[in-house]
Amino acid sequence: MSEHIVSVKIYLTIFLALLAGTALTVWAGLRDFPGPLNVVIAMTIAVIKATLVVLYFMHVRYSSRLIWVVFTSALFWLGILFALTFSDYWTRGWLPIS
Amino acid sequence: MAESLAVEHEITHPALQHHFENMEQQREAGTLGMWVFLVTEIMFFGGMFLAYTLYRSKFPAAFASASNHLSLKLGAINTAALIFSSFTMALAVYSAQVGKRRNQVICLVLTILLGLTFLGIKAIEYHDKYVDHLIPGRLIPRRPFDASGVHLLPGAARQNVEMFYWIYFAMTGMHAVHMVIGVGLLSVILYFAARGRYGPEYHNPVEISGLYWHFVDIIWIFLFPLLYLLGRHLEHGG
Repeated sequence: MSEHIVSVKIYLTIFLALLAGTALTVWAGLRDFPGPLNVVIAMTIAVIKATLVVLYFMHVRYSSRLIWVVFTSALFWLGILFALTFSDYWTRGWLPIS
Repeated sequence: MAESLAVEHEITHPALQHHFENMEQQREAGTLGMWVFLVTEIMFFGGMFLAYTLYRSKFPAAFASASNHLSLKLGAINTAALIFSSFTMALAVYSAQVGKRRNQVICLVLTILLGLTFLGIKAIEYHDKYVDHLIPGRLIPRRPFDASGVHLLPGAARQNVEMFYWIYFAMTGMHAVHMVIGVGLLSVILYFAARGRYGPEYHNPVEISGLYWHFVDIIWIFLFPLLYLLGRHLEHGG
């Protein structure tokens, strides 16, 4: 598999999308959305921006399966870190201590 | 097979290490190695993001109050500077791939300058925190942490404001250390790029330094909304 060269046009598009995402996240951060929606919007924008960087700037979209596996393994372990910790903290006090 | 390999080695690029069969394999191996390192970095920062999430969910009002004291303007400018530097970094890799040495050097210089801009603004922010007595604990002699200058939202306790600043300095501090390392890394790459070491056949050092640089950018993409924007909406709504 030979190396894929991403065009300048794609880099420029991603760059502008990232700047737009930053403007959007500031705009959304200054408005009061109901309930936990503020943090949900902020994190959705951040995840989209990070995905664009990973796929295009870091070339993962054009990389081998092996790179995909290594990258997803990081997300998987991060998931374990958060899930196991919060399964403890969020469930404290659910059962009375006898 | 052995003979054909030997012949191949003679005609291939001088940068090819003897333990790789060809440039393609060498490039793939280098990229994979960098990604494995980045996985450990994701876990390293992951621990701090976990601490942040945990304490923010425990003390939401104090975290919002402390966050509102940060400069949104400086944080946003820094975000734009880092995104711009990631763009120039990507263009530096591109220039190496298509063999434009001059553009490659220009892009690397721009990336380093934007990285230094980020660090400079970060230093201004840290100095503001020092002036406002917001360096947590007693790290600074005769200047212990004092949150009396922070406007507290209802339900916020002073000691939990300090908790936010511990996490703020730990996360942005580690991020800044990564930026300093990145600038050092790119300076070395710039030196070799200026001497014409990287071209269409061999540019893996540029590529994997770029991976590191983009990774540091991604960390900031998450840090910016989490640290600077978490309580702004409460300021106006009351």
